[in-house]
Amino acid sequence: MSNIKYILGSFGDPDEMMHGIEKLQENNIKIHDVYTPMPIHGIEAKLGVKRSRLDIAAFFFGITGTITMLTGVYLATAVDWPVNIGGKTHFALPDFIPITFELTILFCAFGLVGSYYASTHLFPGRAPRVMDLRATDDRFIIAVDAKENTDHTKIDELLKGAGALEVKHNERKYISYE
Amino acid sequence: MSGHNESILREPLITGKDITYAQITDEILLPVENKPNKAWWIGFIVALCGATLWIVSVGYTFWFGIGAWGLNKTVGWAWDITGFVWWVGIGHAGTLISAVLLLFRQNWRNSINRSAEAMTIFAVICAATYVVSHMGRPWLAYWVLPLPNQFGSLWVNFNSPLVWDMFAISTYFSVSLLFWYTGLLPDIATIRDRAAGMRKKVYTVLSFGWNGNVKTWQRFEAVSLILAGISTPLVLSVHTIVSMDFATSVIPGWHTTIFPPYFVAGAIFSGFAMVLTLLLVVRKVLGLENYITMFHIESMNKIIILTGSIVGVAYLTEFFIAWYSGSEYEQYAFINRATGPYWWAYWMMMTCNVISPQLLWFKKIRTSIAATWILSIVVNIGMWFERFVIIVTSLHRDYLPSSWTMFTPSWVDVGVFVGSIGVFFTLFLLFLRVLPSIAIAEVKLLLKGASEQAKLELIKEGHLDKEQVAEYVESLEKFDSVKQEEYAKI
Repeated sequence: MSNIKYILGSFGDPDEMMHGIEKLQENNIKIHDVYTPMPIHGIEAKLGVKRSRLDIAAFFFGITGTITMLTGVYLATAVDWPVNIGGKTHFALPDFIPITFELTILFCAFGLVGSYYASTHLFPGRAPRVMDLRATDDRFIIAVDAKENTDHTKIDELLKGAGALEVKHNERKYISYE
Repeated sequence: MSGHNESILREPLITGKDITYAQITDEILLPVENKPNKAWWIGFIVALCGATLWIVSVGYTFWFGIGAWGLNKTVGWAWDITGFVWWVGIGHAGTLISAVLLLFRQNWRNSINRSAEAMTIFAVICAATYVVSHMGRPWLAYWVLPLPNQFGSLWVNFNSPLVWDMFAISTYFSVSLLFWYTGLLPDIATIRDRAAGMRKKVYTVLSFGWNGNVKTWQRFEAVSLILAGISTPLVLSVHTIVSMDFATSVIPGWHTTIFPPYFVAGAIFSGFAMVLTLLLVVRKVLGLENYITMFHIESMNKIIILTGSIVGVAYLTEFFIAWYSGSEYEQYAFINRATGPYWWAYWMMMTCNVISPQLLWFKKIRTSIAATWILSIVVNIGMWFERFVIIVTSLHRDYLPSSWTMFTPSWVDVGVFVGSIGVFFTLFLLFLRVLPSIAIAEVKLLLKGASEQAKLELIKEGHLDKEQVAEYVESLEKFDSVKQEEYAKI
């Protein structure tokens, strides 16, 4: 058994990489992940990445902001310290629409970005799990788990046939780890 | 993106021959990965002198109080609020470019959004410093927040536009910062993977461990779109609320319902002007002519004509409504603006904001870099005068003629204003050195479809309509970064 953990197909062109994904999938070879320097549209459907539910989360974060502001202002102006301003109503709703709107946006944005960072494990200081350093520059990398898919020569051929400029056999999963 | 060619009628967003993904990375990271040149140092030292002036002036204000400014009992609000509104206005272009243009699928935003957003953040910082420094007792700045307190739990006045403003500006600043930083993550990762040693460590922490896998990218796009969706009404609300600082008062000249849309248009107007002022220099000094092309410059100029004309219509509407209202105070305030002792400020504003931007209707001027750059500065001068006119001329002649007076700024007023420009440029120049000034990942998206080389390829294949190709080639004439000889052959 060789020590190869991952086989990386390094493409110079996104269309060729898409072609490579198709080739591998036609041959029932499971793709571990794909690393690209820019978003590639249509790739998530091929790899079966589910639709994001962040929009739903964002809506509920926003609503939380709305409710927080309205409750807070109501408690402050009508319950805790009602001020009589010429007999006007204590809880003058139209006046509070601008700030309620602002807090809705604030909660929505922070909740959304917070959930995004949490769901994709992004946080300051996290060790980057990079398989190929050029994946953030000019290469489109398809990673195949070499332990699960044992016919390495076939994988190499398929990747090369699809137009991979380079095929790497990595003995370490993440080369970015010191 | 695959197998989809963009229409030949659209002008290219990236020019140049044989551009590769690697070349895009190299060219954009050039200022980040190398020692700065002389031009940068000169700019930085000048900006730093300005920032020092700001520290001295604000320090003086804190020590001696607001009395250090030229305010008097009639004009109780002058350069401070003028500077504040001016900076907030300038801070509108970044989010407009990144959010509104994203929603409208305007791909030309891709190469200008990053630096425009950075500019937004620095402009809002400058605006916020005005708020704090004009509080008189800045160490009590937290009193503007609705915090439970020991004064019998006396809350802030939620009916006051100044409190709304605090909410609006702080939300705007923090949401813009989030949007900007999330967009930066992939590009910081690019720097990280090319760096070594200490630099690598720093950029590793900043990159949040980004590795560009499928799920992260897919969620990234979803997040960008939602943030754009919520930032669009946010950017409109911010200047609306700023305008309410004036519009909800009873001062003639301020008390008008046209203020919100008029202020928002003015903010976009001045924001785009500032983007042009900065980017025309950045493009030249950093050699980014292939990414910030004549098409970008022309598009921004078109937005300037549009918003400048909206502002012009608003000025005339204000005059008409003052007359039509039949209120003599209102009428006097406007006649006094145009013909009173501050007539020069009014006509300065009219010339710079309404008349001179109309020159951009001429294609020659719109596509000339020197003319655009000068006009963009003229617009920013005009927008400063707009705020000055609204604020000082409305206040300086109040209801009692015995208290009519003029406003003279003290050196501290001037120092805070000039200094804030220094602070802005210091931050912007530092940004250019440590972070990519163009969104690398987003520009790479344009390479295969919207670049000049991709379109040239299509033309060479020869399946295109001849008239359309001729129109396209003609549109390239204005580009300073396109070699015309290539097309003469076709």
